[in-house]
Amino acid sequence: MKIKAVMEKTMSCLFFICGMVTIAAVITISVYMVLSGIPAIKEVGLSEFLLGQVWKSTAAEPQFGILPFILTSVYGTLGACLIGVPVGIMTAVFLAKIASTRVAATVNTAVELLAGIPSVVYGLIGMIVLVPAIMQLFQLKNGTSLLAAIIVLAVMILPSIISVSRTALMAVPKEYEEASYALGATKMETIFKVSIPAAKSGIAAGIVLGIGRAIGEAMAVMMVAGNVANMPGLFKSVTFLTTAIAKEMSYASGLQKQALYSIALVLFIFIMIINVILNAVLKRGDKR
Amino acid sequence: MKNRLSAKRRAYGTILKGFILLCAGITVMLLAILIGFIFYRGLGNITWELLTTARSALKNTIGILPNILYTLYIILTTLVIALPVGIGAAIYLNEYAANKRFVRVIEFATETLTGIPSIIYGLVGYLFFCQKLGLGSSILAGSLTLVIMTLPTIVRTTQEALKTVPDSYREGAVALGATKWYMIRTIILPSSLDGVVGGAILSIGRIVGESAALIFTAGTGYALVTHYLQALGTSGGSLSVALYVYAFEQGEFDVGFAIASILIIIVLIINFMTKFVKRKLKKV
Repeated sequence: MKIKAVMEKTMSCLFFICGMVTIAAVITISVYMVLSGIPAIKEVGLSEFLLGQVWKSTAAEPQFGILPFILTSVYGTLGACLIGVPVGIMTAVFLAKIASTRVAATVNTAVELLAGIPSVVYGLIGMIVLVPAIMQLFQLKNGTSLLAAIIVLAVMILPSIISVSRTALMAVPKEYEEASYALGATKMETIFKVSIPAAKSGIAAGIVLGIGRAIGEAMAVMMVAGNVANMPGLFKSVTFLTTAIAKEMSYASGLQKQALYSIALVLFIFIMIINVILNAVLKRGDKR
Repeated sequence: MKNRLSAKRRAYGTILKGFILLCAGITVMLLAILIGFIFYRGLGNITWELLTTARSALKNTIGILPNILYTLYIILTTLVIALPVGIGAAIYLNEYAANKRFVRVIEFATETLTGIPSIIYGLVGYLFFCQKLGLGSSILAGSLTLVIMTLPTIVRTTQEALKTVPDSYREGAVALGATKWYMIRTIILPSSLDGVVGGAILSIGRIVGESAALIFTAGTGYALVTHYLQALGTSGGSLSVALYVYAFEQGEFDVGFAIASILIIIVLIINFMTKFVKRKLKKV
């Protein structure tokens, strides 16, 4: 009996520790991000760092302005949403409201597969197909550009938008739609004036999730964006926040390396803000 | 019925329906073209030599055997650590934790962890495991980084599975005089096994596709070290990392597409397995 009691205590302790490890992981990441990100910002100066337009980390007199990276990440994400959101939501509508069960299952498998494809594979296709195509289509010297990154990101955020929006659309109470039909609305009118508005907080959550994915993507973007620290332009070779870190990480040292940690901190804060928005959107959806 | 609608409303319906079908078509076509193109360019480049040798500068040949092996090692090491901890955390949350506030804190923590981009995991993994703990860029450091990354997925899927076990099972076990641990071991865990397996498969998918978190922590090494414990200490690139290095840094596109084909095949298998587990879960 005593052994049993000891066993009980040990196991409950063990499970408790497992829970704590999970928390410890989050705390470690946050603390490390903040602690390692601050020194370079202090040295360069916050406004100089965030608003400086020139990044020359390896010059004799290095300059660490990350405004080009921030703007590129913002523009890139917005651009990806501009393409990905309509396509994603409409595909979700198709899956939830129009397709027969069988067709929906097939398309759904396709969406799941899209989500499973590794980002480097997207990057590879981007490099081989997209970049040359953009070069020829727009008569550029080099096809690696913000536009290429936007297209790749648009494809990569599709699965998150589709699956979350689809779930939200399927959860719309049948009565809403039936009431709409009873009032004489057509199927399309019902979908666009009843179903989508009713599912809007879920759809918004899907979009925010997609934004999070787009802003955090590194390798695929690295392979198609050209990675020059330009201010963003659709056909210019650009660097995102993520690629700025990935590009110089392997050889950086001293202040340059610390500046990379600071970029990661900025990215981390972006993601945290997105997380908070996501939680707020979901909570508002729950309340209703 | 339809004839009575005004022309404007009919046009509205037709246009929107067309738009919806177009978008769904785009999504499906995208996948078909992506996979078709990768297989078209890649399958032919998968040769026996590629699969069974290491890269040799002497013979000027490229082989991905080490990368395949390292991918397996990384999966193994990550799951051996992440599965027990993740399942333990889920059991704690679902079966033990009395303090609802505390549960919410952990749930918020796991949710937050899911949203963090892998490049940040890579950076923190590099700072903490490679530098602070002195592991250098090694399979072990890479795997530990991925443990932190996959933990939330495992915790969440296990929790979902635990929630599907009916309370009557628990009550029945306790009524028969079972202690809590005995009940968990013999009733709860076996009936939620499918969910746990599902979480593990999902994590394998994430590990196979991961590159940004691994490139600085596990490195890009391609020397063949077959002994598991030795390999833990050496730098080794997984398949995804190898794809990045060969295609982007060295312009070896044929090898890149060959690896991409292998990755797609793995993704297909994982997808199939997830479906299978889900179907079984529904039956129980």
